Amino acid sequence: MMIGVPAESGSRETRVAATPATVTKLLALGYDVLVEAGAGQASSFLDEAYAGAGARIGTATEAWGADVVLRVGAPSVHEMGRLREGATLISQLAPAFNPDRVDALAARPITALAMDAVPRISRAQSLDVLSSMANIAGYRAVIEAAHVFGRFFTGQVTAAGKVPPAKVLVAGAGVAGLAAIGAASSLGAVVRATDVRPEVAEQVRSLGGEYVAVPAGEQQVSTDGYAREMGEDFNRRAAQMYAEQATDVDIIITTALIPGRPAPLLITKEMVASMKSGSVIVDMAAAQGGNVAGSVPDEIVVTENGVSIIGYTDLPGRLPAQASQLYGTNLVSLLTLLTPEEDGRLVLDFDDVVQRAMTVVREGEKTWPPPPVQVSAAPVAVAAETVEVRQPKAPPPPSRRFAVVGIAAALLFGITAFSPNELIQHFTVFALAVVVGYYVIGHVHHALHTPLMSVTNAISGIIVVGALLQIGHDDPVVTSLATVAILLASINVFGGFAVTRRMLAMFTRGPAR
Amino acid sequence: MSAGTAASAAYIVAGLLFILSLAGLSKHETAKAGNVFGIAGMVIALVATIGLAARSISGVGAVLLAVAVVVGAAIGLWRARRVEMTGMPELIAVLHSFVGLAAVLVGWNGYLSVEADAGEQTEVAENLLGIHSAEVVIGVFIGAVTFTGSIVAFLKLSGRIRSNPLMLPAHNALNLGALVAFAVLTVLFVIDPSLPLLIAVTVLALGLGWHLVASIGGGDMPVVVSMLNSYSGWAAAASGFLLGNDLLIITGALVGSSGAYLSYIMCTAMNRSFLSVIAGGFGNEGAAAADRDYGEHTEISAEGVAELLTDARSVVITPGYGMAVAQAQGAVAELTRHLQDRGVDVRFGIHPVAGRLPGHMNVLLAEAKVPYDIVLEMDEVNDDLAGTDVVLVIGANDTVNPAATEDPSSPIAGMPVLKVWEADQVVVFKRSMNTGYAGVQNPLFFRDNSRMLFGDARDRVEDIVTALPKPDRKTAEPALQH
Repeated sequence: MMIGVPAESGSRETRVAATPATVTKLLALGYDVLVEAGAGQASSFLDEAYAGAGARIGTATEAWGADVVLRVGAPSVHEMGRLREGATLISQLAPAFNPDRVDALAARPITALAMDAVPRISRAQSLDVLSSMANIAGYRAVIEAAHVFGRFFTGQVTAAGKVPPAKVLVAGAGVAGLAAIGAASSLGAVVRATDVRPEVAEQVRSLGGEYVAVPAGEQQVSTDGYAREMGEDFNRRAAQMYAEQATDVDIIITTALIPGRPAPLLITKEMVASMKSGSVIVDMAAAQGGNVAGSVPDEIVVTENGVSIIGYTDLPGRLPAQASQLYGTNLVSLLTLLTPEEDGRLVLDFDDVVQRAMTVVREGEKTWPPPPVQVSAAPVAVAAETVEVRQPKAPPPPSRRFAVVGIAAALLFGITAFSPNELIQHFTVFALAVVVGYYVIGHVHHALHTPLMSVTNAISGIIVVGALLQIGHDDPVVTSLATVAILLASINVFGGFAVTRRMLAMFTRGPAR
Repeated sequence: MSAGTAASAAYIVAGLLFILSLAGLSKHETAKAGNVFGIAGMVIALVATIGLAARSISGVGAVLLAVAVVVGAAIGLWRARRVEMTGMPELIAVLHSFVGLAAVLVGWNGYLSVEADAGEQTEVAENLLGIHSAEVVIGVFIGAVTFTGSIVAFLKLSGRIRSNPLMLPAHNALNLGALVAFAVLTVLFVIDPSLPLLIAVTVLALGLGWHLVASIGGGDMPVVVSMLNSYSGWAAAASGFLLGNDLLIITGALVGSSGAYLSYIMCTAMNRSFLSVIAGGFGNEGAAAADRDYGEHTEISAEGVAELLTDARSVVITPGYGMAVAQAQGAVAELTRHLQDRGVDVRFGIHPVAGRLPGHMNVLLAEAKVPYDIVLEMDEVNDDLAGTDVVLVIGANDTVNPAATEDPSSPIAGMPVLKVWEADQVVVFKRSMNTGYAGVQNPLFFRDNSRMLFGDARDRVEDIVTALPKPDRKTAEPALQH
């Protein structure tokens, strides 16, 4: 089948749905790839590079007329009309926010898959563009804030005086939030982060941030991987916490999103007004209504008290080459899933929850919204209860030890005391040899266990001594049995020592370091 | 000095030399000397014994003796020279079976030369006859169990029979029943020694040895082999009691306790009791995994691994039985040398029960000329794994399973494992997504920092070596840091 990669039409879109690297992988799945001329220009991928990877360069009409069309941004109604009958469109479609778009797609005899509707289960991580783009956006949000912020992030002590470090508050520790925490702390800022899910505290700390909890909140365990809308009381306590932080920090980055709903308002007008002049807020949810009062999508607003509110919605597109590469890799992962035979034929399996959830329109029939997908199989709280760490076996109490030794000694005494003299001598030798053997072997280096076994093997060929003493007997049966025993034991003696020698010769020490 | 005292003196010297031999094997530096001590002890013991036997031996007997020793020596040396290092477990198992069979034969001879002609024999005093009979039965029993047990171990190790455990109904009752029957037969034989009773004991022991090992799965072989090693020692010691020979008793006890100690080390390494291993029935290879959703594993190509390794500063390789199966040790050594040339710190982490024989991996790596000072034990390397850039897991599965430490309901819970998942990146070489020996799914494969490299381990390692960029002068220098 032919995969078409048309150029993006969104005015701010700099990404492209395939890079030369992902084209190679698509070809390996058995597809042919056609890229519209100039499609990768904004991401610094030239047509020659695509051609070098094995793609054909064609016109927009050719790209839209392919069997499978890959896009970053949703197509316009006009572009939908260019899709040919039976084609498959794979793109970000934001179906929850754009019912009209879904209806328009369903009006055409096509199949449409939304890359931004991947369920958040671990199996589908490699297809999740929301994660891969949020990661980039989180990083870029810090860079944009640093650009507007008129000061250092890191604290310094210089001959010209001391510079305090910037304080950054990240609201929401999802993928974007964590990326922002990592980027800001590596620039040297003091980073705090807050999230309604207390279980992310550890992840925040692992990236160098400090977790700020909403005071006395009850545990929120999400079952679908996203934070939930919270109760009244909780919201009030959260607002109080944000109000306290706003007066203290220099930079706030908000990442709070709730699937299928407008973004929650976290930073009110009063909080913005309470911030120091020169502070910066990045509202990463500006496209979904905003977490910050007064943010405007795609613009920087400067308030009366000198606080800049950045509302860029194209943060991933500001790192176009890498955003395209990650988006393209997500697409390759999806197509790998959809091409089980690796023969260039796309097969949609509705029994697979991932494929079901992403499919918005199947052959002209609307399949949105999909049935809900449960992510966490078992509630975490229950799992925690059953976790009983098995302790390594404690040494038995001394009383038991004494008992065992006592019984063994009594037994041994009993047996030996009633034995004839000769046997007692042998027993003495035997008991001492067992103890010696135990201590000698206890110090053997682990690497020499195999040579040890072959040497003990050779030594236990000493049984040949027994057979040698018997061979002189008159009885022919005894003599022949002894002969066989000597033969076997000799194999052991000679073979065992020889193979040990051979092995030991192989162990060599490395050059002195 | 009579011939008798000379022989006894020689036996004491030989016994001490054997102890020195085992003590020498405890360190790499003295290991070769230890082997020489062992050979010296054996030569002294043989010379003394032949000298002792020569007094009463007939001409035919002398010829037979010479022929048997020469033929046995020839076979032994030939096998020792030809054996592949991956075939060491099989060879050791076969050698154990020889000791077992020899012990059976010596025991039978003891019966035939004493009890069978009760009226005429002069070797054993009347009042010691009962003890002699008991010694015969015990010697034959241990020897026969060792013999068939080793044969089955050999067949399993060489792949001639399936290594899955044989599960007869009530197999524990069968083993116990055999032991009880043995006790009863011993008592009967002591009261009235007779050929049918001895045959019954022999057959019973042969059957028990067979069943005992047949019901133990392939991955428990390190325990089985060291256990059989121990048995072969006890068999020799029993023969010593029978013949009143202190050298045999000393040697047998040394070997017996060394094998027992090794079995103990192996059992601790699996966090299982010796009895539970012997009871068997554990481990069906490739068994179906639990139906839990572990998420998805991520594949990587050989070129991708080469890229990872190029950027790495420290690499730990944890091999398992799969490396031996794929004969990948040479390729792994090659990769190690390439990485070391680039200034990468390469080490090996060996789990005590990796492979099918105690110390199996060490021998394979030594064969491939990997210096032994970078081959570390699990405890030596485990704490460093968290700071390691890349871990390569080659043909190991259960020994690197995080479920052992994290999932108390797992069948391998509590088993000490190599904590490879703490490294920055883990690459797992595997033939397929099948489970390991314990039949337990390995959550390691689904971790975010794990990458799967499928295919034959040797081919894949060779692919990586090919894909590694040639070392240039600049990257080779920073070895100064160490």
